[in-house]
Amino acid sequence: MSIGATNARPFLEIKDLAVRFETDDGIVQAVSGSTFSLEAGQTLGIVGESGSGKSVTSLAILGLHRTRSNAKVSGEIWLEDQELVTATDEDVRKLRGGKMAMIFQDPLSAMHPYFTVGSQIVEAYRVHHPGVNKKVARERAIDMLARVGIPQPERRFNDYGHQFSGGMRQRAMIAMALVNDPKLLIADEPTTALDVTVQAQILDLIRDLQEEFHSAVIMITHDLGVVAELADDVLVMYGGKVIEKGAALEVFQNPQHPYTWGLLGSMPRLDREVRERLNPVKGSPPSLINLPDGCAFHPRCPYAGRNGNRSFTEVPELRGDAHKVACHLPSEDRNKIFQEEVLPNL
Amino acid sequence: MLSYIVRRVFNAIITLLVVTAVTFGIFFAIPKAIGTDPALLYIGKQSDPAAIEGIRQKMGFDDPIYVQYGNFLKGIVAGREYSNGPDVTDCPAPCLGYSFSTDQEVTPLLLEDIPVTLSLALGAAVLWLIIGISFGVVSALRRGSFVDRAAMTTALAGVSLPVYFTGLLSSAIFVYALGWLPESNYKPFTEDPGQWFTSLILPWITLAFLFAATYARLTRANMLETLGEDYVRTARAKGLTERVVIGKHALRSGLTPIVTIFGLDLGALLGGAVLTENVFNLRGLGYQALNAIRQNDLPVILGVTLIAAFFIVFANLIVDLVYGWIDPRVRLA
Ligand SMILES: Nc1ncnc2c1ncn2[C@@H]1O[C@H](COP(=O)(O)OP(=O)(O)O)[C@@H](O)[C@H]1O
Ligand code: SF4
Ligand SMILES: [Mg+2]
Repeated sequence: MSIGATNARPFLEIKDLAVRFETDDGIVQAVSGSTFSLEAGQTLGIVGESGSGKSVTSLAILGLHRTRSNAKVSGEIWLEDQELVTATDEDVRKLRGGKMAMIFQDPLSAMHPYFTVGSQIVEAYRVHHPGVNKKVARERAIDMLARVGIPQPERRFNDYGHQFSGGMRQRAMIAMALVNDPKLLIADEPTTALDVTVQAQILDLIRDLQEEFHSAVIMITHDLGVVAELADDVLVMYGGKVIEKGAALEVFQNPQHPYTWGLLGSMPRLDREVRERLNPVKGSPPSLINLPDGCAFHPRCPYAGRNGNRSFTEVPELRGDAHKVACHLPSEDRNKIFQEEVLPNL
Repeated sequence: MLSYIVRRVFNAIITLLVVTAVTFGIFFAIPKAIGTDPALLYIGKQSDPAAIEGIRQKMGFDDPIYVQYGNFLKGIVAGREYSNGPDVTDCPAPCLGYSFSTDQEVTPLLLEDIPVTLSLALGAAVLWLIIGISFGVVSALRRGSFVDRAAMTTALAGVSLPVYFTGLLSSAIFVYALGWLPESNYKPFTEDPGQWFTSLILPWITLAFLFAATYARLTRANMLETLGEDYVRTARAKGLTERVVIGKHALRSGLTPIVTIFGLDLGALLGGAVLTENVFNLRGLGYQALNAIRQNDLPVILGVTLIAAFFIVFANLIVDLVYGWIDPRVRLA
């Protein structure tokens, strides 16, 4: 491979990522055939119902399945010119919290209850800056707390996680994640556990900090509205597979997959009564131990088999950056259904 | 933190008061209710009625129970005098009365037993903590491995085999069959450290085996739970080395529940390891207790019970304080 080709590599490139877990009940195929990429400084949204493999995907990027003896990760994860699936544990550890960092859904359980918030941030800083003394690290942590909008950071440095409000806790977790200027930040449903009133503040904060730090962000959410607002590109996941992807605006304005339609239909909307707002996709998520044959969505899809489409045969995996969809419906039929049957009900 | 400590100490004192009242009630009120005369227990059935009456007067057995209890508490705190006319006996604080069977003061009798029990319990505790926790942690980290399965099988045996079985078996092997250890003959550490040590090896191991088994299982379960916690994942996501993730973040919370059970176990043992002491002929509180029960020696039984209760309450207090120190959510609540 020439030097030119290496330079052409996207900042983050995932190829055929698959993660499976051996459990007592059988093999859980949590993620399969996942291929996507992300450019530096850009935001990728990943959406999908709970259990669709969003967290497993992000943990795979951070190499956090390595300590689980029942997990098997395959495929390729390229972070700039370093391949992470085959890298050594020690190499991946050095990247974690340094070049790539993550914030989690529930900031209360994600913080250690016995250590102060400040000391946990100091620890994160010092592991990647071994030469730095405690005082400097402490100043850095307080500075980070201030930058994420925590009032009286000097004082709050010595508080414990349970003494923070939910929103402040998540701010502190963001401070911890950004303390080493990561180039990649993965936010796994960072607002799901928070009050509605603070959700928007946290999202604004992430957006502002992204501009300040120029990091690439993977924003995981089950809220398409968040994606529409923040993301450049979007992946829609179902049953551990990417079933639609493309530029966020395009996927949002011209969704192609029946499951994406369902997600859009379940979005809260201001012009609807609260009671009618939530209209989740009917049926339940597929078993990842026995995925349905062919298109995994077919048991729940109102259009399965429509117009003779081969919903029960394997859907091709999605490659490339253009707007792609894993559905057998011919695109004319799909557009017709969307315009005539779906759009009027959204 | 200070108010937390004050609260805990206050609770401990109340608990001890309740325990003394209840034990005193059981040991003195019940014989009275069922018509057994404690004076007879004291002096023997053959004695003449005048002597029995004298004892009854002197010990105050005819006073109402609350007066007796009041005197008993006073004796513990300030000492007391037993008198019947010119016949006066002084019992200095902390006075626990006189043994029915030997006529000796109970307090010095028990004070002599405490170092034996203390040596046994503390030595065994060190052993079982080290063994139990390390096997528990290794089993959790290498779940399903050979070490895990071997340790857990041994632990199962440890919990299910009674001390008088393992104790007698180990004596039979190491003392009588192999002759590696002398027959147990306890000497205080201050008199003969060597003999103190050799006489305690088997009792330590026997007792530690029992407890280490429980601790290994408990540690393993706690560690497995903690390793699945979100904050352990956070620790890894920060890029900490496995050594720090396990040794600092996981161990800290994985071992917290051990503090509770250790406090309770040690507290209970300090009141007398009845089986182990009797199997190995160690004259500690547990040995004394069994002896006293055999002879209906109520004041000694009462004394041992109170000391045991004291250790348990005290251990609970320490556990609460340590907990507050470890877990800020408790301290700052
Ligand atoms: N360690 C594990 N062992 C077995 N199954 C797992 C494990 N981690 C995740 N899974 C399964 O993988 C699937 C995807 O999980 P996840 O990625 O967390 O979904 P989400 O999209 O809600 O984040 C779920 O069905 C989950 O049960
Ligand atoms: S392939 Fe068939 S079942 Fe699957 S989403 Fe398309 S129409 Fe529905
Ligand atoms: Mg998730």
